[in-house]
Amino acid sequence: MKYIDEFRDGEVAQGLSKAIAAEVRPGRRYNFMEFCGGHTHAISRYGVPDLLPAGVRMIHGPGCPVCVLPIGRIDLAIKLALERGVILCTYADTLRVPASGGLSLLRAKAQGGDIRMVYAVTDALKIARAHPEREVVFFAIGFETTTPPTAVAIKLAAAEGLANFSVLCCHVLTPAAIMNILESPEVRALGSVPIDGFIGPAHVSTVIGSRPYEFFAEEYRKPVVIAGFEPLDVMQAILMLVRQVNGGRAVVENEFTRAVTPEGNVKAQQWVAEVFELRRRFEWRGLGEVPYSALKIRERYARFDAERRYRLEYRPVADNKACECGAILRGVKDPTDCKLFGLACTPENPMGSCMVSSEGACAAHYTYGRHKDVEAASP
Amino acid sequence: MTGKANRGCARPLDLKNGRVDMSHGGGGRAMVQLITDLFAKSLGNEYLAQGNDGTSLPPGLGRLVVSTDSHVVSPLFFPGGDIGGLAVHGTVNDVAVMGAAPLWLTAGFILEEGFPLADLARIVESMARAAKAAGVQLVAGDTKVVEQGKGDGVFITTTGFGFLPEGVHLSGDLARPGDAVLLSGTLGDHGMAIMSQRENLGFDAPIVSDSAALNGLTAAMLASGAAIRVMRDPTRGGLAATLNEIAHQSGVGIHLIEAAIPVRAEVEAACELLGLDPLNIANEGKLVAVCAAEDAGKLLAAMRAHPLGQRAAVIGEVAADANAFVQMQTRFGGWRMVDWLSGEPLPRIC
Repeated sequence: MKYIDEFRDGEVAQGLSKAIAAEVRPGRRYNFMEFCGGHTHAISRYGVPDLLPAGVRMIHGPGCPVCVLPIGRIDLAIKLALERGVILCTYADTLRVPASGGLSLLRAKAQGGDIRMVYAVTDALKIARAHPEREVVFFAIGFETTTPPTAVAIKLAAAEGLANFSVLCCHVLTPAAIMNILESPEVRALGSVPIDGFIGPAHVSTVIGSRPYEFFAEEYRKPVVIAGFEPLDVMQAILMLVRQVNGGRAVVENEFTRAVTPEGNVKAQQWVAEVFELRRRFEWRGLGEVPYSALKIRERYARFDAERRYRLEYRPVADNKACECGAILRGVKDPTDCKLFGLACTPENPMGSCMVSSEGACAAHYTYGRHKDVEAASP
Repeated sequence: MTGKANRGCARPLDLKNGRVDMSHGGGGRAMVQLITDLFAKSLGNEYLAQGNDGTSLPPGLGRLVVSTDSHVVSPLFFPGGDIGGLAVHGTVNDVAVMGAAPLWLTAGFILEEGFPLADLARIVESMARAAKAAGVQLVAGDTKVVEQGKGDGVFITTTGFGFLPEGVHLSGDLARPGDAVLLSGTLGDHGMAIMSQRENLGFDAPIVSDSAALNGLTAAMLASGAAIRVMRDPTRGGLAATLNEIAHQSGVGIHLIEAAIPVRAEVEAACELLGLDPLNIANEGKLVAVCAAEDAGKLLAAMRAHPLGQRAAVIGEVAADANAFVQMQTRFGGWRMVDWLSGEPLPRIC
């Protein structure tokens, strides 16, 4: 595949592997967090850890939109489908997220809820146009990448006067989450991991640009390297991070120059700003309440806001007590440190959110890296 | 025969504009007319002509192998095939990979009220062509009609029968450390052909299903004299599911080399777009074989000499591993697990 194979070349990977090994200082540990689930998936899918020296450890961050979606939010979506009889449109990943009462959207669908998997918000608009007699709600999740399309859908619906369409907005913001990982009461309670640097988001950064990360680099003295989602991008970013750490630098570098600019996608930012505003607080699964970390629909578009339209009231629901997702999302614990991992909690029956999406730290380890837990099994 | 059965049915079956109605499954004259004018016309043979509640079949040499499979694919017609051909291939292949020569099929149809008779005729003709090409006969059948909204056009269940020659014993529990793992061709063609046709996926990739009967290929493989332990067709769940099944049945590990696994560029691109892994995608005309390492070359040559095995490859080997892990060396050089797909909500594909 053109433009793809170049970024998955095994020989180049071996070269980068040698370069990283040559740069790391003997005896020093390098703990890097890849914020995005897309990076987590690439690292696991291509076996990147096998190409890294022992001193470099990758910590999987909370950048998996499905993983950070709290139970209470899924409960709201289920309620809309089962009690209000709406057509609930959602991305496939959210279908299996465990909710209250042993339910998930998939199980609610089996109970008769009209829940439809869509690949884009425009599909939800099509459904709304085709069924004027039904109420159609789009369950909007994701970071800055999926937010602009939702904004455009709401603008389109307003322009068309599409009266039966609304959005249950659960869009969240990356910079707020990174800040929360670096300092929050929970980090103090759980203990904090000495993170030496971040691999910055790929697709999110195409929208918000590289500037928003400069604050972390300066204020917290943490190197940030923005990288694409291909495995060679990740390897190159690790090399750049090692060099920054060794050189005592902490700046924002951009490995993903083929897609990310300092300003980002200004047009998309304008649309988002036009339709959404900051929420004062939003609950994240695993991180708890994070101030100013999510978006809500502006008053001007209130009639497309499912929360207002159906007078939904958010009720937080605690995770299973044994679930370590909170600590895992912060990099304090590894998936295998959790008592539920691979036993009570598997991709078929996820208890915690990290096991739900293939981008989640637990699911990625279960699906791609389980053999590493058994010494003799590795080739 | 047609004339006799049609006695009482004033009009001939309207195969152009007619539709299935409840009377076609009701056991009356309309049902008899559907069977004689549509099914028997395309699929008729000496066994169906017996006209009894069951068919009596001649004895054969060896042990009888039976396999059954229901087909619910949506859409019913897709690039490279349709539900009719698929219903023949799917069951023929399940019998063939046991090492048996498939001879007979039975078919149960569940039709939805309102389904166009023209489409049904196309499906039945496709079944007839597929059966003829595979050298099997349809020896018994059944038709039921469900009310509109209670089916999805047509569901077809087929059962296949064949005899296992003396000395042939293939089973998923026979893989041993050191054995070679072979694949007969490119992965994911069927599943991605279906998914590219789904209405809510707006791309139009030129991907054609690999739906095909594999009994010719399996016969050639058995004739090569290679010590084959296991053959299996990686349908639902793809290669990943099939290899995990074999690993668990045999209590061994399997080590794959990603670079050796053939995948068409367009299938890889479609998978990339949808975030899918070709290892998890269904195939309907491919098989996996495990054989003694020293016979791998001989078996590979036999497979490549057959039209359905031209892109066959040795893709890995069986390893001693009590955990029964399937692992793969990625093109990148690292190793990763190849796990069963965990219940992803993918569309109906077979």
